[in-house]
Amino acid sequence: MKRAPWLLALMLMVAGCGLSDGDNAADGGDSPGAECEPGQVDGDLNLYNWSEYMDPELIAGFEQEAGVDVTETFYDSNETMLAQIEAGGAAYDLVVPSDYMVETMIDADLLIPLNRDALSNLANLDPDFTAPPFDPDGAYSVAYQWGTTGLGFSYDVVPDPTQLSWGLIFDPEMGAAVAGRVQMLNDERETLGAALKYLGYSLNSTEPDEINEAAELVREAKDRIATFDSDAYDDLLIQGETMVAHGYSGNFFTAFEAADAWDSFGYGIPIEGGTAWVDNMAIPTTAQNVCTAHAFIDYLLDAENGAALTNFNFYASPNAAAEEFILAEILEDPAIYPPPDVMDKLEFIAGVGEASTLYADAFVEAKS
Amino acid sequence: MTLLDEKATVEAVNPELEARSVRAEARRGLLHALPAYVYLIVFFALPLAIVFVFSFASRTSTGRPVLGGWNLDGYARLAEPVIRTIAGRSLWLAALNTAICLLIGYPFAYWIATRAKASTRNLLLVLVLIPFWSNFLVRTYAWRVLLDSDGPVTRVGEVTGLWGSMLFTQPAVFIGLLYGYLPFMVLPLYAAIERLDWSLVEAARDLYATRWEAFRKVTLPLSKPGVIAGSILVFIPSLGAYVTPDILGGAKTTLLGNYIVTQFTSGRNWPFGAALSFVILTAMLLATIAYFRSGAKTL
Repeated sequence: MKRAPWLLALMLMVAGCGLSDGDNAADGGDSPGAECEPGQVDGDLNLYNWSEYMDPELIAGFEQEAGVDVTETFYDSNETMLAQIEAGGAAYDLVVPSDYMVETMIDADLLIPLNRDALSNLANLDPDFTAPPFDPDGAYSVAYQWGTTGLGFSYDVVPDPTQLSWGLIFDPEMGAAVAGRVQMLNDERETLGAALKYLGYSLNSTEPDEINEAAELVREAKDRIATFDSDAYDDLLIQGETMVAHGYSGNFFTAFEAADAWDSFGYGIPIEGGTAWVDNMAIPTTAQNVCTAHAFIDYLLDAENGAALTNFNFYASPNAAAEEFILAEILEDPAIYPPPDVMDKLEFIAGVGEASTLYADAFVEAKS
Repeated sequence: MTLLDEKATVEAVNPELEARSVRAEARRGLLHALPAYVYLIVFFALPLAIVFVFSFASRTSTGRPVLGGWNLDGYARLAEPVIRTIAGRSLWLAALNTAICLLIGYPFAYWIATRAKASTRNLLLVLVLIPFWSNFLVRTYAWRVLLDSDGPVTRVGEVTGLWGSMLFTQPAVFIGLLYGYLPFMVLPLYAAIERLDWSLVEAARDLYATRWEAFRKVTLPLSKPGVIAGSILVFIPSLGAYVTPDILGGAKTTLLGNYIVTQFTSGRNWPFGAALSFVILTAMLLATIAYFRSGAKTL
């Protein structure tokens, strides 16, 4: 009985939206999720997520709360995820694409509009994240975590992090000391993006000449690059197998914390700049259990759960209400919540439309 | 009256019955072969047909394959120099792996097969098979630990001054392949050598053949089916290997297998990947048939 007013309000809102803006798919009018209510589940959750990104305890908590099983499958690049979703087959209920990939997937009709009425905690989201440029109405995606891509390093080879440069990878002279001890992400946009930054171009270049020049740079650096890896780079750095590692901020911090190695290793954005990104929860059109997917998004939007996620993976939270539960040392860490001067050096990866396959082909060729 | 005569009599008495029995025999044969036909169609012909169709497909700007706008772009790209480099590297590694597996596997299989006690032979065979009880991926990751800069293999190399850390190099890929496929060489060789008629070797020795001559002229030709089967079992998966180059080679010693997988995953170029797969599959099929034919003649 307690839920009755809620339900009434909900129905009124749905009806209101339907009347005022019938064509806008964003209101969920004819979306598969339109009937879902907050917390309602309609089956087990098939989650497709980046590796080392989700707190297993949060999964267990949701399983207990909602009474469903969660199966988490992992990918290591947006493009791998895209290829899987485009191929159909496995019916994932929830995916976590980055900014530019949300745009790509919306354009390719791969995502369903969310039913915002099923997301009771949506107001917890920081206003900065509610209308991102890649999904201007926030109709298809809800921010999951955000962070940066830069270089993790051993202080032995980078004594002065303020001079950190992509030249460690791309300049034969600067990189001589770490030759064979360098790793780059196995990710076309990140790795070619780093090369584009080093060359002074935008990492969203659509110029074939610039993309090919970046690919050529990667190809030339290949002899000094130990491995292209997006999964285990943090471990390789800690183990000493590499000394300079290209990767995502939080993964490094999680590894430094686990190995109690904060004194030996650092992470930073090179002087030429790096990548900022927002990963987002979205529901593919092939999803089977749309209500459960909504319920899971809502579960993570909860203030305490959102904080638990950041406390687990050391990525910045888009959840404003979560802040009071986030560990102070995380909130105060400039590498996790970068100060304005660092933010200025960062660039978001944007969808590049027709050039998308240019990046794919150039990167595959550069590695081969 | 012999059995043959009896049959002849029946045939003479009732030719129609005989014809019916022949037809029934053919039907039974077909029935027996049915599972094999179904298997071949469902798991070989059908997937291959799908690959064939996709090899002419087009792709959208995001890389999604579209069944339509049929074209030969996938096949046109086969002429690119990078394909020659990768194919050359893959063929070389696969051939080298096959040769070294044979060099190591033959004496090993011979030694196991010539143990007197069956229990010893079985024990040794089980030891060859034990690695299969754990996942190939896990075992490949184990090699990463063995080969990394602190690993025992590297330590030995540093002490003897012969090699450094091999992880993420082509030799590491080769070691992984050799390790992974050696059992596939040993098992068919063992089967061939074990059932060999040793009295023929004794006869050769009685006729004043040296040990080497007896091996070369009797043992080796008789075990040839094992050599052929083992070589194919090692060569073909080596050529298509993709886990090993990714994990031990640092995803930069690209082999045909990796290259094709990448086209279907992050590279998002299904038509090209399909064209490449189809051409390789056809080439391998023809090569295998030719190899079997040439082997069969001398068997």
